[in-house]
Amino acid sequence: MTDSHSDVLVESAWSGGGSPFAIGSKKLGMWLFIASDTLTFAALLLTYSYSRMTNPNWPKPFPIVPAIVFSTIMTIVLLGSSLTMVMGVAAAHRGNRASTVKWMLATMLGGAIFCGLHFTEWMHLIAEELRPFSNKFGPGGTAGAPLFGATFFGITGLHMTHVAIGVIYLGIVATGFGRGKFSSEDVEVSGLYWHFVDLVWMFVFPMIYLMSVKY
Amino acid sequence: MSSHSSDAQQHAGSTKLFVWVWVWLVVITGVEVYLAYEHLNPRTMLLLLISLSVVKAGLIMSYFMHLRFERASLVWTLIPAVIFCIAMLTMIFADGERLRDAREAPQEIALPK
Repeated sequence: MTDSHSDVLVESAWSGGGSPFAIGSKKLGMWLFIASDTLTFAALLLTYSYSRMTNPNWPKPFPIVPAIVFSTIMTIVLLGSSLTMVMGVAAAHRGNRASTVKWMLATMLGGAIFCGLHFTEWMHLIAEELRPFSNKFGPGGTAGAPLFGATFFGITGLHMTHVAIGVIYLGIVATGFGRGKFSSEDVEVSGLYWHFVDLVWMFVFPMIYLMSVKY
Repeated sequence: MSSHSSDAQQHAGSTKLFVWVWVWLVVITGVEVYLAYEHLNPRTMLLLLISLSVVKAGLIMSYFMHLRFERASLVWTLIPAVIFCIAMLTMIFADGERLRDAREAPQEIALPK
């Protein structure tokens, strides 16, 4: 009876010596990073909501044309780059190195276009005198809540940094995988990061843009 | 290295499935943008947008990030802890409401001296 009991223990995934989640350490590490980074962005978005709630002169600076149309295009580009990344990971698991590199290059292109569009939008807002601690988007051209600029540049800036780092990261992994130095698991882990960046934008876009439409 | 686990995941999800998930993500994004045209009150708007975004996040995590094809233990390790922490962060809104009410009607609120 004691023997059969210990057999059960040895077969359990939690008895040690194995991987209870049945995934590699790199993938688990990336998931833990994603969990912590989720909280970073959650804290920022909640800070944004808190500031907005407590400031009566919170600006709504985004007209449907061009700002909302522009940011919708950015959203579609980022979503599209997630799809190409999925294709890249699938190709990597099939062992097709050339195809993987092509899909990853397409993903990097999507990320680069997103950054370019976002940067253009920043430049327009800066030209309209939006600053980290002041703006002119208040009612009747008066000063709006100064924290709008701080939270806007802070949140979208941190997200853009994530996209830019993602493009570099994917470039390194694609090069390494193309040369046979990295495994398909490395491609999958970089894919997890990329999808996470996309996921964050799915909250930034409605909370910062769609909630601030100027009618 | 761990070829067994990657073999198991290799066949999880087809191209067709991923394209369909992507189409749904675009459709939900379209609904969100459409809502921006409607002059809804901010509370309703926020509730609708966040609900739709949570659905989108679920789709991305389940399919694009393969969580649906992983062991349930991984999901239970990651997701509830994150949701719990975010729920705790929303505590600041109690103070947000107090501050907003104090600014809107300062004479009616007894501010601490």
